Amino acid sequence: MVCNATIEDYALRSIGIGEKLLPKSDITLCDQFVLIGSGVIWNLYFCIIALAFGFIFAILTAILRFNKYRFLSKAIDIYVFIFRGSPLFIQFFCAYEIFVLLPKIGFDINLLFTTITVETSWLTKAWLGAVLVLFLNTTAYSSEIFYGALKSIPKHDIEAAEAFGLSTRRKYRKIIIPTMLRNSWSSYTNEAIFLFHATTLVFFSSFPAWRQSGDALYYASYFADKTFNPFVPYPIIAVYFISITLLIILIFKIINVYFTKHLPKKRKMPIKLFTNMVR
Amino acid sequence: MFEYCTDPDVLSTFEWFSCYLTNGKHLLFYKSFGLIILLLFITAPLAALLGLLAAVAIKSKSLLLRLFSKAYANIVRGIPDIIFFLFIPITIDQLIEFTRHKIKCPEIVDSVWQGSDFVVCGAAKLPLNSDPQWIHDIYGFLLAVFSFTIVYGAFAANTFYGAMNSVPQSQIETGKSFGMSRKQIYTSIIFPQMWRYALPGLSNLWMLLIKSTPLLFLLGIQDVVYWARELGGSKTSIFHYPHPDWRVWYFLSLLVFYLLLTKISELILNRISKKIYLPI
Repeated sequence: MVCNATIEDYALRSIGIGEKLLPKSDITLCDQFVLIGSGVIWNLYFCIIALAFGFIFAILTAILRFNKYRFLSKAIDIYVFIFRGSPLFIQFFCAYEIFVLLPKIGFDINLLFTTITVETSWLTKAWLGAVLVLFLNTTAYSSEIFYGALKSIPKHDIEAAEAFGLSTRRKYRKIIIPTMLRNSWSSYTNEAIFLFHATTLVFFSSFPAWRQSGDALYYASYFADKTFNPFVPYPIIAVYFISITLLIILIFKIINVYFTKHLPKKRKMPIKLFTNMVR
Repeated sequence: MFEYCTDPDVLSTFEWFSCYLTNGKHLLFYKSFGLIILLLFITAPLAALLGLLAAVAIKSKSLLLRLFSKAYANIVRGIPDIIFFLFIPITIDQLIEFTRHKIKCPEIVDSVWQGSDFVVCGAAKLPLNSDPQWIHDIYGFLLAVFSFTIVYGAFAANTFYGAMNSVPQSQIETGKSFGMSRKQIYTSIIFPQMWRYALPGLSNLWMLLIKSTPLLFLLGIQDVVYWARELGGSKTSIFHYPHPDWRVWYFLSLLVFYLLLTKISELILNRISKKIYLPI
């Protein structure tokens, strides 16, 4: 295949490795496939980081709300309301403008072996700023999902745990959190898919693509502009997205099997392919 | 707007803001909020109708229809909506212009895709270059409505499909044993009852639709996001109302607008769902 040269030049173009100039004329199918695929790295990066941190913080916030600490729960309620009630697109714009207005300061963080300087200007870059917004967004949605699942845990399960004399920590680790995750897993799968799809918004809101390293959609629309032919780049990106969506479903299904291996077949909650998108 | 606005430089703060917030461009900004509401109220019924048709097609006897509608419902939902908003308008645009080019200018035999250009003769352009701006605006808006309908039709198809299957099977069998035709079963058993099962899904879709309306901006329409960027950017002293970069305030006001819109929708939808309470 003649594609090898292109792969060498453009496979890691989106993270700044390889040929500097994007193809301008004589754009081949191979160029489009490789460069759009290279952009997918960004989408995966946004999705994985935001989802990983979001998962932990969503569980924490859901438990805090469930326990009804007066002020803290109220504050989390308001946070969830703001992030669930407004479009992600507008959140990106707002956050970016706020990040731009932040005073440019560097903080020195002293690690034992070295010192790194954390600068506020990093927030205006997609790799940190956009991840932060996506993280806050997915935490709000997942928190609501988990909170709903917590409320539906049967009272007697918790009472039984208490009657056995489990400490609070063990009660949460052994009873409450596993039940919560089991009951909300199909909704959470949905949320993961939605988040992955939402990563395409980053470079179309205000975050600039530095040195033309953008995500998959950034390159797809670049090609559509350059060739004036939308029928090649957009189907390519569609193929990438559908396959990764299927991969996400597969991964979450495997985790679901692990969660529910003790349950009889009837009580297992199946994750259907493309369930109702709820967000 | 007001009489004292002729010379903004000498106004007090309050008067300055009262003039600033009512100047011509701000009035256009306020109108663009109406555009969003308009889009919502045009798209929602269209998408629901398309979804209903697709859901009936998924349950139809014809294999071709079934495959096509299933592919539509699943593929659209597997791809981010923004890709469709970028893809559909340009595709429709090119399709229409290509067809018109073939009809109106048959004498030009060159291919329309010349290298990196899409060339059609002047008469085939839609809207024509000579048309007034409002026709261009309406054409752009219609393309947007079309794109939103296609995307949300797929979501609605899935909701309706689920709702139709939730109608108790025994009732449909009863209908069959009474000798009702498929059409009769649909019109007198399934359609009247499916709404209550579809309501939670449809409410959710309405919320999704609201939250995707700012993407109008990507379709090149002068919507709220466009005006927020335009008006908020810093204005030097050559403008009537110079001010530093205020975009953050404009976007925060958009945030508040959407929060209100979703909150009000939620209250209304909760009321409706309480009325048709469903003991599942």
